[in-house]
This record gives sequence, C-alpha cells and structure tokens, in this order.
Amino acid sequence: MPPVELLLMLLLLATVVVVARLKDLFAAAMLTGIASLLAAGLFVLMDAVDVAFTEAAVGAGVSTVLFLGALSLTSRREKQERTRILPILIVVATGAALIYGTWDMPAYGDPDAVIHHHLAPELIAETEKKIHIPNIVTAILASFRGYDTFGEVVVIFTAGVGVALLLGGLGLRRRDSDGEEQS
Amino acid sequence: MKAPSRVREMPILRVIARALVPVILLFGLYVQFHGDFGPGGGFQAGVIFAAGLIIFALVFGGEALRQVVPVVLTERLMAAGVLLYGAVGVVAMFLGGEFLNYSALDPLTTGHHGQHLGIIVIELGVGIAVAATIMRVYYAFVGRRPDEDGTDADPALDTGAGGEAS
Repeated sequence: MPPVELLLMLLLLATVVVVARLKDLFAAAMLTGIASLLAAGLFVLMDAVDVAFTEAAVGAGVSTVLFLGALSLTSRREKQERTRILPILIVVATGAALIYGTWDMPAYGDPDAVIHHHLAPELIAETEKKIHIPNIVTAILASFRGYDTFGEVVVIFTAGVGVALLLGGLGLRRRDSDGEEQS
Repeated sequence: MKAPSRVREMPILRVIARALVPVILLFGLYVQFHGDFGPGGGFQAGVIFAAGLIIFALVFGGEALRQVVPVVLTERLMAAGVLLYGAVGVVAMFLGGEFLNYSALDPLTTGHHGQHLGIIVIELGVGIAVAATIMRVYYAFVGRRPDEDGTDADPALDTGAGGEAS
C-alpha cells in the first residue's frame, strides 16, 4: 500500500477507535467529521472524486452539523455504562466475517479482475459515441441507468418527507397554531 | 474582555464565512453544470450548495437563512426536483420515445443533443431535490428546542437553531 494511503488508513483507524471510546459526545461528533474527511481523502487517492465530494460535504459537513443539532437537545456527555460482552462479541464476529470476505476479492487495481472485463470495456468504448458527453460516469448514471437514478431521487425525497413529518421542526403545524413562525 | 461565547459574535468567523459562502455556492453550481465534463453531478452539487447555505446559518443564525430560504420553499423544491426529473421522462414519451429516453427529446438529429439536454435537465432536478431535502432535514433537526422541563442541554452547542440572539 502506498505510504499516503497507509497514513490516511491508520489515521482513520485511530479516529474511529477514539470515537468509540470517547464519553464526550461533542468531541465524538467532531471526530466523526474528521473520520469522514479522512475517508474522502482516501476516495480521492482511489480516483473516485465524485464519491469524495459527497463524503466531504455530507459526512464531514452536513451530518456533523446534524449531530451537533441533536446534541444541543441532550446532554453533552455519554452516561456511564458498564461494558457489555455480548455486543462486543457480535461486532468483532461481524468485522471478522467482513474481513474474511475480502480475502476473495481481487487486489485493488488488479487489471485481471472480473469487473474490468465484463461490461466496462464495452461501456468505455461505446458511451461517448452513444451519449456524446465525456464523463462516462454521468452518462451511465443519468442516461443508461436513468430509472435507477430517478428511483434514488424519489428515495431522497421520501427521506426528506419522513424527517419533516417525524421531527417537524419548523413545519406547517406550528405555524398554523401560532399564526406566526416561532424559532 | 470576555471572549465571545457564541460563534456568530466572533468577527474572524463572520468575515471568513462572508468570503467563503459565495465561493462554495458558486462551486456547487460549477459541479452541477459541469457534471457532463468533469467529476460531479446533481447529487454532489446539491449537497455542496446546501452545505454552503448551512455554513451561512451557523455563522449568521438560522433566522437569517430562513429569510433567504423559507422552510416552505424547501418543501416545495423537494417535490419540484423530483417532478422535473419525471417530467423529462414524460416529455420524452410524448415525443415518441420511451420514458426517460432522452434521444427522443431531439428528433431532428441522431439524438445526442437530446441526450445532452436530458442529462442536464435531470441532473438539475436531482440537484434541486437533494439541496432542498438537506436544507429541510437541517431545519427539522435544529428547529427543535429542548423540552421545557429542564434537560441538561448545552446552550453553547448552537447550530443556528434559534436566532434569538442574532
């Protein structure tokens, strides 16, 4: 593994271990943001710049703010609880199973990997002739898989409606009952 | 002199936010409309745009942001983005193609202008829906106040919810 990626990976590991052990929720929320930023750096090194955009803006930015917003409603420190064995065992077993699963995966960037021989060569050769835009990712997501992307937008819309209905916030109901918008 | 306790009383943050927020919003628009050529697209652009507006709310108060982007507007734009995407598909059907077959949008050529047009419009729909949804979720989270019966909430963690001190 190249040194920069190794460094980012070790920093990411250290950050998530600290997040899991911290009792100070404010520091934990900030560190999850830092973990997302490190992950975004890793995505850039893997040439997945669009994923890195999303991770940096959503993971490091918006979701940290949402954590802080939720934190302002509750206590800043986690309640002391005795360590339970069963959850730790389940988490360790799941993690071990996931790592075991990666043993069958081809090495990162392996040109002989199946995924590089099934559809990818055809898409790389044909997409620009069919769609006439240089960004193959956009062409595939927006045109070839237009139905999927439409479904994703509907999912995002549904999630927003769900949050608005459950948490309400400054929704319609309060404005109707008070006649003016409270804050 | 006492240090300012709230983010929005700190002059350095205010000045930097004033300079950065327009750049972030402009970058969001760039990612939106350059998505055919460079990395990015509607989802990334919507997220970046919303994040820029949320930084504005963090520094200048939620009330200031709600004057620019009212809650009702975010709810309408959420639906408008999805409808814009779906409308492209329906228009393609009326022009003789299948649902979301953008080539039908441009019957005169072999279809690549139609593909370009369709992708730009549906990415715009995605961007509008994503930005509005994130704004609405942000409003829902920070719009809640601590319960009246004395929780030990920390008022220093101000994420632009109230605006009572702005």
